[in-house]
Amino acid sequence: MKTYSSKLYLFVAILTSLLVSFFQDEINPYYFQIIIYIGINIILATSLNLINGFAGQFSLGHAGFMSLGAYTASLVSSTLHASSGNPVDILILPLALLLGGAVAALAGLLVGIPTLRLKGDYLAITTLGFGEIIRVVIQNLNFLGGARGFTGIPKLANFFWVFSVVSIVVFAISNLINSTYGKGFLAVRDDEIAAQAMGINTTKYKVIAFITGAFFAGIAGGLYAHFISYINPQQFSFIKSIEIVVMVIIGGMGSTVGVIIAAIVLTILPEALRGIAEYRMVIYSLMLVVIMISRPQGLFGKSFRLKELVAKFRRPPMSA
Amino acid sequence: MLRVQNLQVRYGAIAAVKGISLTIERGTIATLLGTNGAGKTTTLRTISGLIKAAGGTIHFGDRDITNKPCHEIVAMGIAQAPEGRMIFSNLTVKENLRMGAYLRKDRAEIQRDLDFAFSIFPRLKERMKQPGGTLSGGEQQMLAISRALMARPGLLMLDEPSLGIAPILVKTIFDKIVEINRELGMTILLVEQNAHLALQIAHYAYVIETGQMVIEGKASEIAKNEDVRKAYLGET
Repeated sequence: MKTYSSKLYLFVAILTSLLVSFFQDEINPYYFQIIIYIGINIILATSLNLINGFAGQFSLGHAGFMSLGAYTASLVSSTLHASSGNPVDILILPLALLLGGAVAALAGLLVGIPTLRLKGDYLAITTLGFGEIIRVVIQNLNFLGGARGFTGIPKLANFFWVFSVVSIVVFAISNLINSTYGKGFLAVRDDEIAAQAMGINTTKYKVIAFITGAFFAGIAGGLYAHFISYINPQQFSFIKSIEIVVMVIIGGMGSTVGVIIAAIVLTILPEALRGIAEYRMVIYSLMLVVIMISRPQGLFGKSFRLKELVAKFRRPPMSA
Repeated sequence: MLRVQNLQVRYGAIAAVKGISLTIERGTIATLLGTNGAGKTTTLRTISGLIKAAGGTIHFGDRDITNKPCHEIVAMGIAQAPEGRMIFSNLTVKENLRMGAYLRKDRAEIQRDLDFAFSIFPRLKERMKQPGGTLSGGEQQMLAISRALMARPGLLMLDEPSLGIAPILVKTIFDKIVEINRELGMTILLVEQNAHLALQIAHYAYVIETGQMVIEGKASEIAKNEDVRKAYLGET
């Protein structure tokens, strides 16, 4: 019954995205752009949350996977778009996105198998290095535009595509985590040795988390490219990876709801602060510091339970 | 049921286990005694596949399980409650137990084993929906033992179940270990520092020192042994 209702949610969400996309031209282009970025960031953050939050592997290479997806998808769609008429356009984007995701997932597998034996900081640095390698390689590939960037990507991504993918990612990851199979990710995170002792193939779990996370990051990259129609390697530097990691940490490692909210807030915040120009990044950074000091587990971290929060508001703690 | 022959384990250049042999008969409780750093946990973890052996063989039934991957060994029927309990602290008590049955698919039977676990440790039933990390040390040990039982193993390995637990609960837990052995006919390998307690419930005992077997025999006889009494039972 539970899967039935969540499937219904998925259906409704996709249908809503479709309906909204008919009116997307009515929305102020600036706001619309922010909304699309929110969607893309939700995909990036929730998929990274699978790796960092649920499986407990600290990856700093998400922008690398994103760029692989972006470039692959752009290459596919530019090639197909040039040689075909409008009627098949609708099929070009999903194909390009899937191929982009697949290439990113393959890279996730290649990077994952040798590096996932590493833990914590070591894994973080390895994945960081991997992300930079991809960036530098792309910068030197002329057929991808090199440092000048890849131009003329057909502007195929719209509200429907972005938010359908958001719905699918959220649906897929929450279903995965709530299944007995998915609890294995949490077991690996909580205690790897104990998980092994229960008969869980921990390497397999970590690689699956890595591949799935990379796949969705690749798709997010593809959507991004097909929305702004121009990409260059600088957009996928490790700063972008850090941005996504911050969303996961602020939202609360391992909380899908928290990470979605953090992705929304942290996309809007820098824009909302534009009015105060030069203080913008200071305030943004300061907020991160304050949140980390006051809630180190993230806004919706581990210990977060909606019921407890409600109870807390209703009944202020007694002074002892 | 379990036959370990001339087992050797190394951590880099250091030999932690230097040729240990032991045999456990079906349906009995065997205990592996020794002080800190004697190689007890290393031996147990090598049997369960968490650590690779540098030499020697381990047979479970008639199968050679030496250096098989951990998940295959669990599937063959060896489960353990690891040292320090290692509860999944963010999963609930019930989810922890379900993880113990991770490799099993028979839902009805899993439910029966869950009921059995709750019947021997009613405390766990009361705390079914609580995250494992919020339990007391003794409750976590109950959970660790039950979680291992959920695999419905042929051999249950317990690594220092008395470690860091209130004395009153230690007694309860050891009584339950005996109950599990009697009721289910469970073969148990009990690794302990608390020789006094372990020798009371075990049928057979092995004593190791710096990675080597120093003495073995029936638990009742080991308990009478002069050297053991001096070294491990605190008598002069």
